[in-house]
Amino acid sequence: MAGLGVLLAGILAIANRRLYVYEDPRIDQLEDLLPRANCGACGVAGCRPFAEALLEGHLEPARCTVNSTDMNQQIADMLGVALGSHERQIARLACAGGSHVAATRARYQGLKSCRAAALVSGGGKGCTWGCLGLGDCEVVCDFDAIHLDRYGLPVVDPVRCTGCNDCVDVCPKNLFTLQPESHRLWVACLNQDPQDEAMAHCQVVCTACGRCAADAPEGLIRMESNLAVIDYTKNALASPVAIQRCPTGAIVWLEGQAPRKGSGARKVTRKEPLPRMEPLPRV
Amino acid sequence: MGFLSFLTGLTFPRGVHPPGLKEDTRDKPIRRLPFAPRMVVPLQQHFGRPARPLVVKHQEVLRGQPIAEADGFESVTLHAPVTGVVEGIELMATARGPKTESIVIRTAPGDSQVIHWARPQDLERLNRPQLIQAIQGIGLVGQGGAAFPTHMKLSVPDGYDIDTLVVNGCECEPYLSADHRIMLEQTDAVIAGIRIAMKAVGADRAIIGVEDDKPDAIAALKARLDKDGPISVGQVRSKYPQGSEKMLIKALLKREVPSGHFPYHIGVVVNNVGTMAQLGTLLPRGEGLVERVVTVAGPGITRPGNYRVPIGTPLRYLLQQVGFTGSDASHIILGGPMMGNTVSSLDVPITKGVSGVVVLPDPEAEDTRMQPCIRCGHCVEVCPVGLNPSDLGKLAAVRQYEVMEERYHLNDCFECGCCSYICPSNIPLVQYFRIAKSLNRERLK
Repeated sequence: MAGLGVLLAGILAIANRRLYVYEDPRIDQLEDLLPRANCGACGVAGCRPFAEALLEGHLEPARCTVNSTDMNQQIADMLGVALGSHERQIARLACAGGSHVAATRARYQGLKSCRAAALVSGGGKGCTWGCLGLGDCEVVCDFDAIHLDRYGLPVVDPVRCTGCNDCVDVCPKNLFTLQPESHRLWVACLNQDPQDEAMAHCQVVCTACGRCAADAPEGLIRMESNLAVIDYTKNALASPVAIQRCPTGAIVWLEGQAPRKGSGARKVTRKEPLPRMEPLPRV
Repeated sequence: MGFLSFLTGLTFPRGVHPPGLKEDTRDKPIRRLPFAPRMVVPLQQHFGRPARPLVVKHQEVLRGQPIAEADGFESVTLHAPVTGVVEGIELMATARGPKTESIVIRTAPGDSQVIHWARPQDLERLNRPQLIQAIQGIGLVGQGGAAFPTHMKLSVPDGYDIDTLVVNGCECEPYLSADHRIMLEQTDAVIAGIRIAMKAVGADRAIIGVEDDKPDAIAALKARLDKDGPISVGQVRSKYPQGSEKMLIKALLKREVPSGHFPYHIGVVVNNVGTMAQLGTLLPRGEGLVERVVTVAGPGITRPGNYRVPIGTPLRYLLQQVGFTGSDASHIILGGPMMGNTVSSLDVPITKGVSGVVVLPDPEAEDTRMQPCIRCGHCVEVCPVGLNPSDLGKLAAVRQYEVMEERYHLNDCFECGCCSYICPSNIPLVQYFRIAKSLNRERLK
């Protein structure tokens, strides 16, 4: 038995020598400086692949949006490269229809999951495009950056959001998009119904009235399938002027951390959920 | 076990026995309902690609006239369900959820609604590809519920020989009795359809599988068939999901469709009796699919029965006609209660794949709260495809969807609902699996 032990130990010792793979010790050091969140916001699979990409010079340290700038600067100093500039991407929800402004047509019972609800006849919300408010995005967010407000609408904390794309993938209605911080003008609605039908479902819907397009600089906003669509290649032209006359407040301007509606938007004072649209079956 | 199956009837292993609940409708003849004033015909009512519209706003259409053409092989023609005027092609609600492009037709009031549009064909002179093309042209899709285009099912890929056509007359879902009535009232059409389908796939024999709770249907079919002819009737045990094609093949032919394969890989094609009846009626006359038989049943319905409903009839109109008394807490299900789709709006239309409308009362009286898994193993005992729903459910709860697919054969699950039905802890297992499948599908894109 002892002989066998010595023999196997010998084989292991030889194998350790012969099969040794050299790995740059800086990868481990870099990984210690990284957040180890493995979120994928940088574009590679996790923190270790990111460290390897940093060493090879494919990516710049600023691509890590989870780390603080100080930490990224440390990485840059250690590698002797420039910090680089990378604009932060933030998840934005293209819906503002909380329970106090958006009507429901049926009650959903079952697993508390937007995806499950969406698979049952699209869920109980009146608007077929709108947020179901069951919080799949809140559950999937690793950074605690998404919370449902009192109306069941997810609110993204722009400081905590790293732009990892998880909420974009999980939302069954495809309401999240990643937008650079500089995109301050956006339309918080995806409803393609014609005006009257859309207004019956939601008070903050985009009715494609075209006022924002008329007020904004030429070509910035166009109307497409009953929605205002912003051409972000002309983002430099964007200003709060576009939101001023919006009757529902569907187009918003990011002021500091919070989106702001125009002065022409109807004020919503209601706090309690809207009653269901008509006596109808539950889902 | 071979001699025992004589005593118990042919069947497949595992499965569940939900109550049949067909008493209200199975003895009532199929009746016609009035035409709704406005019809909504979605361009996509079938598996595959949506059809391409052929009509424009304000155009007058005749009942049976093609209003949309197939967009490639994985699509079918649509025909006008009524004589009337096209109101437009708009985004309309459908049972699946997202709004889809639909042709909206305003029915011409006072019209006799006789089918004027037909292109009769001499079926004897058609070869197999022409036959397949003709079936695509009548817009036929599977009437059992999945709405898979029939011409796709009947065109067998090169290299596979079909020896048997299995015809599904099981109708194992509770409440539904449309196929039962079709077998009784349209026996000749069913048999004519089977002969056409046998020619299309090149099969030498056909077996009609009927559950043993429909002895009158079995007798009616047998009375029209030669004893030693190529078409026979196979009596199978009443069990759910006997009407699933893989289960039916197992029961009738003792063959198993391997995981990830289709019945044609083992020389079988399965079609529903409702589809065969439509094929036998429509194809010789060269008419399009404009209506279907729908079972309307459940405690919330005053006049339950089997109705001949034009495709595109809004659900709201149908329910008004049959005396809907359900409260706003009712569940309204398109299809059967086990696999059907609950709808969230009454504005959705009846499409080609809707075999029934079941209205169930408010389930709040029962305690449906989810409890922890007690590892009783009932779900494993009933899963007809031999999966482990218990482990799959636990993986789904921790969002290990890829593991479910790669190591636990999630994609073999056809969402029959046996595991959820039997689970004493009310765990919505099928709902978990549907989430997992949906996310896995999106990940592939």
